[in-house]
Amino acid sequence: MPKKYHIATKPAPPRLHPVGKYATVEFREDCAGSCRKCVKKKCVYNIFADNYYHMSQMGDPEYLYTCNSCFRCVQECTKGIFSRVVNPEYRFLGDDYWTPSIIHRTWYQAHTGSIPVSGAGYRGPFVGEGFDSMWTDMSEIVRPTRDGIHGREYINTMIELSRRPMGLTFDKDMNLATDVPPILEAPFPMLFREHGEFGVDTDNVRLAMARAASSLGTFMFIDPGKVKGELKDHAAHLIPEFTAENWKNYPDLVKACQMVQIPYGPGVKDTVNQLRDIKKDLFIAVAAPLDGDAAKTAVDLLDAGIDTIHFIASHHGKEVNVANPRYLRDAIRDVHVALVENAARLTVNLLFSGGIAMAEHVVKSVICGADGVVLDATLLLALECRLCGRCKDGLSCTGKLEAADPDFGKNRITNLMAAWRNQILEILGAMGIREARRLRGEVGRSMWFENLEKENFGPLFGERKVIG
Amino acid sequence: MSDNTTAWKLPEIVETPSRFRNTIGKFVVKRNSKCISCGLCAEICPYGVHLRYENYDKSQRPVSHKCIGFKCKENSFYCVKNCPQGALSVKENPLLETLGDYRWTAEMLLGHFAMAETGEVPKVDLEHNLGASGGGFDKIRFKHPDPAKAVTLSDEEMDTSIELNKTGDDRPKRTISIPCYGGGMSFGSTALPVIIGRARAAKRLNTLTCTGEGGYPPDLLPYKEHVITQVATGLFGVREETIKYCPVMEFKYAQGAKPGLGGHLLGEKVTEAVAAMRETVVGSSLFSPFPFHSVYSVEDHKKHVDWMKEINNEVLVSVKVSTPTDVDMVAVGAYYAGAHIVHIDGSYGGTGAAPDIAKKNIAMPIEYAIPKVHNFLKNEGARDKVTLIASGGIRSAMDVAKAIALGADGVVIGTAEIVAVECVRCSNCESGRGCARGIASTDPELGFMTTEEYCEQRIVNMYMAWRKQWCDLLRSLGMTSIRELVGRSDLLVHLDYLDEQERATYQPAPSYKVII
Repeated sequence: MPKKYHIATKPAPPRLHPVGKYATVEFREDCAGSCRKCVKKKCVYNIFADNYYHMSQMGDPEYLYTCNSCFRCVQECTKGIFSRVVNPEYRFLGDDYWTPSIIHRTWYQAHTGSIPVSGAGYRGPFVGEGFDSMWTDMSEIVRPTRDGIHGREYINTMIELSRRPMGLTFDKDMNLATDVPPILEAPFPMLFREHGEFGVDTDNVRLAMARAASSLGTFMFIDPGKVKGELKDHAAHLIPEFTAENWKNYPDLVKACQMVQIPYGPGVKDTVNQLRDIKKDLFIAVAAPLDGDAAKTAVDLLDAGIDTIHFIASHHGKEVNVANPRYLRDAIRDVHVALVENAARLTVNLLFSGGIAMAEHVVKSVICGADGVVLDATLLLALECRLCGRCKDGLSCTGKLEAADPDFGKNRITNLMAAWRNQILEILGAMGIREARRLRGEVGRSMWFENLEKENFGPLFGERKVIG
Repeated sequence: MSDNTTAWKLPEIVETPSRFRNTIGKFVVKRNSKCISCGLCAEICPYGVHLRYENYDKSQRPVSHKCIGFKCKENSFYCVKNCPQGALSVKENPLLETLGDYRWTAEMLLGHFAMAETGEVPKVDLEHNLGASGGGFDKIRFKHPDPAKAVTLSDEEMDTSIELNKTGDDRPKRTISIPCYGGGMSFGSTALPVIIGRARAAKRLNTLTCTGEGGYPPDLLPYKEHVITQVATGLFGVREETIKYCPVMEFKYAQGAKPGLGGHLLGEKVTEAVAAMRETVVGSSLFSPFPFHSVYSVEDHKKHVDWMKEINNEVLVSVKVSTPTDVDMVAVGAYYAGAHIVHIDGSYGGTGAAPDIAKKNIAMPIEYAIPKVHNFLKNEGARDKVTLIASGGIRSAMDVAKAIALGADGVVIGTAEIVAVECVRCSNCESGRGCARGIASTDPELGFMTTEEYCEQRIVNMYMAWRKQWCDLLRSLGMTSIRELVGRSDLLVHLDYLDEQERATYQPAPSYKVII
């Protein structure tokens, strides 16, 4: 049995006091003083004592990052002077897509490296938009499941980024006649990319990402102009995002990298040949916006001899440059199906970036037809970004990202990837699927809201009159 | 569990207030220092918000959670207006914003607390039958009934019982008096007084509760006629005698909240008593495998069923599965293998611990699975021969009725019973010492915050309040038995399938943003 891929984690507590979800409120004027039964001393989770230490260091106000909502202080105070409110700052974290709860859970995973586990049932809406309108399917009695999460079985999350021939040919002496291209693999279906809009321009963040990418064995898309100093040492795990022209200025970088990216546009096929003249075995990705023509773009690139197509969606996981943008769910499906219809899906790999906010988005993207996804904002969150958007206006960073030590950042990103990969294993295990690659385009292992409604409610209630 | 439901008398409702000093209410009533303790408010309030004892003339803290709030303004006895000193005020409780979630809203939780306290439908204006999830049960309504069809029978005369053995085999007929029984909660995940309290309630309600996968605590033996023994994939605590005790045994193939994943009891919860019961080591995490590693086909499954039937000649067999795409095939397979009860568990059900990614994303909600399985079994000609039980995200009396109208015979209830003993769904059942409210904990201190008597009576009260709602519904539909409701999806509408004009005649689905 081959050695199992494993991500070692170690806790990386936040540098800054995180934005808590709840605050307790005491109406002190009604407090009986030391009634000897003060609920603060009895907190099961000891948060009041912990907060006391925090306050003694003159920290931020008493927002309770750790309050677990058991309501016992509220319900047991002898005078009933306790109440609770939602921290107003928590409400304003992120936006409707990158919700406060997603941000909180990302922080937790980057801190601990553990997957979020909780008791009680699901707490959210029945159905949502985009990925929230699909459920994955699992095995039942007759289809054996896998148990990768506890290490008892081997589930492979590896994906390929390199092109492959559709078949092999042999000459009359039965020697291999096909020119078999080299193979490039990532250990899980997640690559990194510096966020285009968010994030302070600092080498600390890039270094944290690059060190994590190197040690995990995955890849990071990066502006070639930023590859300086230590970043050059990580070149084998960097994918420079060249423009149509500027690759000519970086011949050394092209040679040092395994894969480079060029934009989709006229002359892209010539550029591919010219780049391969610099380095024969170079893997090449082509970037294109995830717009209304994405499927056409993908088909057009089939004879370009490239390895991977990288479609870039919006920060909220939607199509760009379209009047009524759809979510990744449908957009990915279109591209995938177009390639399948051209009998060429296997020749090229598809990556999608933008709006991948949770581990479930990775699995669902793959089910819709992606080979892998590219993470951006979520990596900043791992480094304690609050997605406040101040950086877009050139203002200082509330998460002090520029001051994050690259090793600390690497630790947090590694933890996050370990947690996400374990969640991917959970889902693959539940489905009885042994290979992430096997899940690609496997819509049969998912259930979509509109289909479930139509199949099960249609016969009972007739035609649905509300869209969505 | 008796064969004769007429012998069953409705259990007595006993007012059972909260275990905690400050009960959370929808409204907060405050009395300020102007109060002269005249006692007028206590005299006039019919809801018991203001207390006054004989021989004690100081004013008491108002019992806020009983206050019906601003709608009381119309009443002559509105305390705020009547107070000669103007010392009283009523306001909405801001705490509600931090309580509950989309599925179990704050009002639904408070409504169930009130039902468990009083055994009555809440007098306070609380939406306890609809959540804010924006789909499924929360958008399904019963059609406006024809008033001419309504029947007038007392609650005692109404039949809410269901039959568990419809196969016509030589095993005993078994009837439970309400269309619900308790879901599996294992010794290890749940506190002993809660487990025993649930069993005592099941006895009084003439229904069942389930051991879960944690063995059979000896304290359960006095109630064994009302306890299902669960055989799950880890086989923890399953012994020949525990199969012999039970009237119904349940194979748990999967759990709706984490289908495809086995059970997981964290090491911290494996105390000495738990370890002894499960025949394992103290402090070591316990994983149940998934699936049964001896079952890879329906034939293997049949072998399992036969084996259990052989051990206990009287036992009825229930097969609990979750809801994958092919849940209908699985259900029919379970039936042909000899199950009396097919139990489907939907994805939004409860759990003591599960990865969030599983709870949200794996398997389909129960609202879809019920009609799917019901119709498939009907087409197979097997529907009349098997009892179809649904669970997973069935929260309230009306959810139960809707599930039955969609095609189930009855339902299994877990979370609502726990809410009756004052779970606030903070979802920390699994961490550290376990539940801070003493429900899902085996901690020597936390695990004994409740008493058996309290749990028993709160659960009985809640079901009696539910029963009143079912009886009202059945009477309005012109039915005398809940069995008439099974599969009557023609009585249901879904708001999203109505045109705007018609939709406006139904109660809209609650829709607001919850901070979770």
